Amino acid sequence: MRWLFNLSFRHKIPLWTSFLIGFSIFVVGAALMARAYEDMKNAVVISAENLGHTLANTVAPTLLHDDTWRAFEIVRSPIRSGSAHTPVEVDAVVVLGRDRRVFVSSDPDTLPMLTEAANLGADWLRLSDWLVPETKWPLVLEPDNSNYLYLVLPITDNDAQLGHLVLRYAKSVFHPWFIATSWQAVGIGLLVLAILIPINWYWASRMAAPLVDLARRMGSMPETVPQPLPPDMYPYHDELGQLFQAYDRMVLALRDKAALENEMVKSERLAAIGQLTAGIAHEINNPLAGLITAIDTLKLRRDLDPRALRHLDLIDRGLMQIRDTVAALLVQTKVQARPLNQHDLEDIRTLIQPQISKRHIRLDWSAAMPDELPAPASLVRQILINLLLNAVQAAADGGQVSLWLGRKDGSESCLSIVVCNDGALLDEERLAHLFEPFSTTRAGGHGLGLWMAYQIVTQLEGRISARNIDGRVEFVVNLPLGENSCSTASA
Amino acid sequence: MVENTPDSLPNRNRRRWLIADGCLAAAGLIGLSRKAHAASGKLRVGMTPAFLHDQHSLLDEWRDFMAASLKRPVEFVQRDSYRETMDLLQLEKLDFAWICDYPYLHLKQVVRLLAVPLYQGRPYYQCHVIVRKDNTAVRSIADLGGSVFAYADPYSNTGYLAPRYEIRQLGRDPAVFFRKTFFTWSHRKVVEAVASGLAQGGAVDSYIRDTLVHVEPALALRTRVIWRSPEYGFPPFVAHRSVSAEDFQLMQRHLLDTTKTEAGRRLLARLHLDGFTVGSPALYEGVSRMMRAFGEA
Repeated sequence: MRWLFNLSFRHKIPLWTSFLIGFSIFVVGAALMARAYEDMKNAVVISAENLGHTLANTVAPTLLHDDTWRAFEIVRSPIRSGSAHTPVEVDAVVVLGRDRRVFVSSDPDTLPMLTEAANLGADWLRLSDWLVPETKWPLVLEPDNSNYLYLVLPITDNDAQLGHLVLRYAKSVFHPWFIATSWQAVGIGLLVLAILIPINWYWASRMAAPLVDLARRMGSMPETVPQPLPPDMYPYHDELGQLFQAYDRMVLALRDKAALENEMVKSERLAAIGQLTAGIAHEINNPLAGLITAIDTLKLRRDLDPRALRHLDLIDRGLMQIRDTVAALLVQTKVQARPLNQHDLEDIRTLIQPQISKRHIRLDWSAAMPDELPAPASLVRQILINLLLNAVQAAADGGQVSLWLGRKDGSESCLSIVVCNDGALLDEERLAHLFEPFSTTRAGGHGLGLWMAYQIVTQLEGRISARNIDGRVEFVVNLPLGENSCSTASA
Repeated sequence: MVENTPDSLPNRNRRRWLIADGCLAAAGLIGLSRKAHAASGKLRVGMTPAFLHDQHSLLDEWRDFMAASLKRPVEFVQRDSYRETMDLLQLEKLDFAWICDYPYLHLKQVVRLLAVPLYQGRPYYQCHVIVRKDNTAVRSIADLGGSVFAYADPYSNTGYLAPRYEIRQLGRDPAVFFRKTFFTWSHRKVVEAVASGLAQGGAVDSYIRDTLVHVEPALALRTRVIWRSPEYGFPPFVAHRSVSAEDFQLMQRHLLDTTKTEAGRRLLARLHLDGFTVGSPALYEGVSRMMRAFGEA
């Protein structure tokens, strides 16, 4: 039995509801059939009573005048032979005289004239016991183990009792009739089942399908964070709908949590890289400064042969390259800076203009800012140049790059910079390591532009993020203005 | 009230009253109405259970044939018992009637013999006592003692007088011979009563039973004859004594000439008769004898 309860809702709901439908139809059908049987019996009794009263009145004069033949013609008149039998059709009519003998009957062969009623059989023996004045008429008699139903009425003439009229109905006639009615009922029941069961299966599977889907999705947790349910799967607001909504909220919360964890891992990694590179850069910077000074001093000497001088220049250029690279790695933000103003933006536009023109790129420039903003101008300039150059390089020839700069959502405390390009979208792998040094594979870049931007933004306690949106790659930077922190979780 | 005393009907008293006083008392009024009929020329013919009088299409055909032949309007008056037709004759409500031989003898003072039908070529018929075909235990009337018996009509010879006479001849009292008797008021219904088992035996007109064998074999052949009486004069056509000599002649001639036309022969075939003869009151001597035995006539 337990396996029945372990079945999937996909099967359990339709099975149970089908069982309930079938059971209901059976119970209602049985009740109606029982009722129909009673009704049929009542119809027989009512019909018998009507017939009985008519016959009793008509037959009374024949009893008074001892007119056997007329009485016979009267009692035989309701008997029809050869026609199809119906339950309300009387089987036999008997007139009993005052002496309880058969005065006349519609069937003289089995119910002969002048026979005492009590001698006609067990039914009649019981019936004759009832032929007393105290009996309430009409008397309906359905003896046990009998195939007949009897209705008895007194025959009277001006209060004088002349005898009794007995109508006999064969129950064997109404059994087939009842069975025919039953078959009809069974047919209707099956028809109703034939209509209801498919509807029920459809409805049940519709209800079960989202549940099954939900169970499958939840079963895959916590290894993977499941997808939210398709919004059109169950667009109703009953308990099931509420459950799905709750599930969706839970999935979103889980995804946020996962994204946050991801972000934290990335930040920690970048911080570690930052510390490492800063450490290395300092270790390189100290001897490097000595080396550069030593080379400069050497080059001032006049006695150097041209060959040595050429080698010194070679070493000098190498050391300069090392210094530049280390300087780029060692992002230094702790400088006294002037606030950002309109001229800074115009400078940047001018600076990147040659690159834009060369590649035939369309630039959307949307910088809504007051004359001055309390943000370190040199650092913001560095961020903007790095992001814009990166965007220009990423964009296709003849493509588009856009800049939006302003206060985020009208906030007084937050500066937002959004740079977009329509170049190739970034894959997951790229996104994960985007801000790490030397992560770029692009020719012509040193792979430190985004790293520098990240370091600056992080040190200014802002946030930088990248994502693919609407077929474009978007970089968003949020920087706090002044002492206030920029209260933003992600761009 | 019929039980055990079928012949205790107040027939005789009633009959005398009607003949002696009723006729005279009603004479003025009835005479007037009869004259009115004579003037209109309409002939009123009483039809009785002496034949299968409930075959309505046959009666219609016969009436039309008669009216066409006599060139006079004809009215058939049907009654379910002989007594009613006899009363109508006595009250001069009928000019002619086809009645049983027994009522004819009763009404000898009122009616004249007009013609006698020929059955199987002769003006005779019999009483048949019948039982159900499957009742093989009964071989004679004597075996029917203590049973239920169906008579046709208290004024029927073959349906009442003849069987009672036979029982008397057997040395038994017909009043107590049967356990119960009843009248069906028609020979056909005697056959029905016996066939259905209501009565164990019944007395019928041989002519009617034979006709039934042709007309309704399913019913008639469920019975079997156990006794045949001597022959009696066939139920006659009578004319009221007040019918004029011309009308009497006219009707008698019509009946006797029935065989001469195709329509007449067709009608006779349907009636299972062969024609008509003038007949004579002597034909009914046998019935008179039986009546005298019961102290009647």
